[in-house]
Amino acid sequence: MTTPANSSAPHVEEPAVGGSAIIAWLYVGIPLAWGVSQTFIKALALFK
Amino acid sequence: MANDSFLDRSRTVAGPGYNRWLVPPAALAIHLAIGQAYAFSVFNKPLGSLISGDVNAPAPDDWTPTQIGITFSIAIVLLGLSAAIFGKWLERVGPRKAMLASALCFGGGFLIGSLGIHLHNIWLLYFGYGFVGGIGLGIGYISPVSTLIKWFPDRKGVATGMAIMGFGGGAMIGSPLANNLMGHFKDSAPQGVAPTFIVMGLIYLVFMQFGVWTIRVPADDWKPAGYVPSTEHNAMITTANVSADNAIKTPQFWLLWVVLLTNVTAGIGVLETASPLIQETFSDGAMGAGAGVTAAAAAGFVGLLSLFNLLGRFFWSSASDKLGRKVTYAIYFGLGILLYALVPTLGHGLQLTLFVVVACVIISMYGGGFATIPAYLSDMFGKYQVGAIHGRLLTAWSTAGVLGPLIVHTLHEHAKEQGLTGAAAYQNVFYTMAGVLVLGLLANLAVRPVKEQYYEKGPVTAEAGGH
Repeated sequence: MTTPANSSAPHVEEPAVGGSAIIAWLYVGIPLAWGVSQTFIKALALFK
Repeated sequence: MANDSFLDRSRTVAGPGYNRWLVPPAALAIHLAIGQAYAFSVFNKPLGSLISGDVNAPAPDDWTPTQIGITFSIAIVLLGLSAAIFGKWLERVGPRKAMLASALCFGGGFLIGSLGIHLHNIWLLYFGYGFVGGIGLGIGYISPVSTLIKWFPDRKGVATGMAIMGFGGGAMIGSPLANNLMGHFKDSAPQGVAPTFIVMGLIYLVFMQFGVWTIRVPADDWKPAGYVPSTEHNAMITTANVSADNAIKTPQFWLLWVVLLTNVTAGIGVLETASPLIQETFSDGAMGAGAGVTAAAAAGFVGLLSLFNLLGRFFWSSASDKLGRKVTYAIYFGLGILLYALVPTLGHGLQLTLFVVVACVIISMYGGGFATIPAYLSDMFGKYQVGAIHGRLLTAWSTAGVLGPLIVHTLHEHAKEQGLTGAAAYQNVFYTMAGVLVLGLLANLAVRPVKEQYYEKGPVTAEAGGH
């Protein structure tokens, strides 16, 4: 196995909220929210 | 290193300071795409009227619903088979190469399928969407699982729940997306289906690239900051590792196979019958003129079940981190048996609100069963080849995909032949599914820690899938 030269360096975890993490979550969150909203609107017919 | 491809596992090892919360979106990018498969039924009527041009009046040469339905069946069978076959390859090459293969197969399957639709050649549709696309489904489904478990040893259920929730969400995106595209292209091709397949194939191919290029695996010695593995002995969470080849020799693997099979088979019983069940049980004849459940309301009921399927995947899988996997499945089965047995009574009593609530809880546990199983496998067999083991276990899903509808349709047809209507026409389906869950409960109760003889001897490395 080839590993990066720094793979044995101490690993420090970034906080959950960061610029790249926000962009990443928006990338998947926006289409998911759209799909959920479409399904929710459809589901409302049951309560009419 | 100079000879390493950018796709190789070794090139995806995260450096210091990598934010592990970037990994779930990478996994979701794959699962949200391939989850489209569960929205395939949106194409049923358009595909069945390509020649006539009228969804309500198919021409003699139009494809029949049965012919079209085979496409989805092939895809689901290939999902299970390819997950089982390519699991060890995935462990060896890493998630990036597997995700790219999945994207190429899934997107490519749409493109080949579009050619089949354009030429009105159903075999090409079967080969494209069913066979090639199905391989993309299987590889994509398992591609992020072991990576997530390695990044989140402290929250395995949360992590896998997030990804597998995406598979449930994929249908919610795929269905309205397909409807909008078919509406857009309806004047340029029969029912607008072929160009819709091309556009969806390209959209998914591009969308999945986010997962391909952002996924990272942790270094072998990586641990979450401040994470100290529990020193409290828990026999149901192993610290050892079992290979995929050894796992299938253990009774634990086959007990969990039965656990997944029974949970999915029973869930399909509700999903398959949801729309006709609520309309026939709460019809105008039973509820009074104008008070019955309409077709639109039934579609809303199906939509509500989809939402609870999605939410259950995250909720129950996350809860299993606290409750333990065995207890969580005992709840699925124990509560499930009671609720399945209650459904006919609620139908006979015309208790619509309670009926809807019970169905939503049942479906949340169906979704939860899918999402919790990777963490259960990791607890039993370790994280070494958990992706490959998960892949092999997914053959239970393919089996349930055949068994569930078979049970439902056989019992329902039999009831109708006996002249039963409304809730009575479905009661044997639900009582039988409650019995199926009893089998699952017993299998789950029989799960014990894996014997030491199956453990890997000595240290294992991430790339050891290549043994």
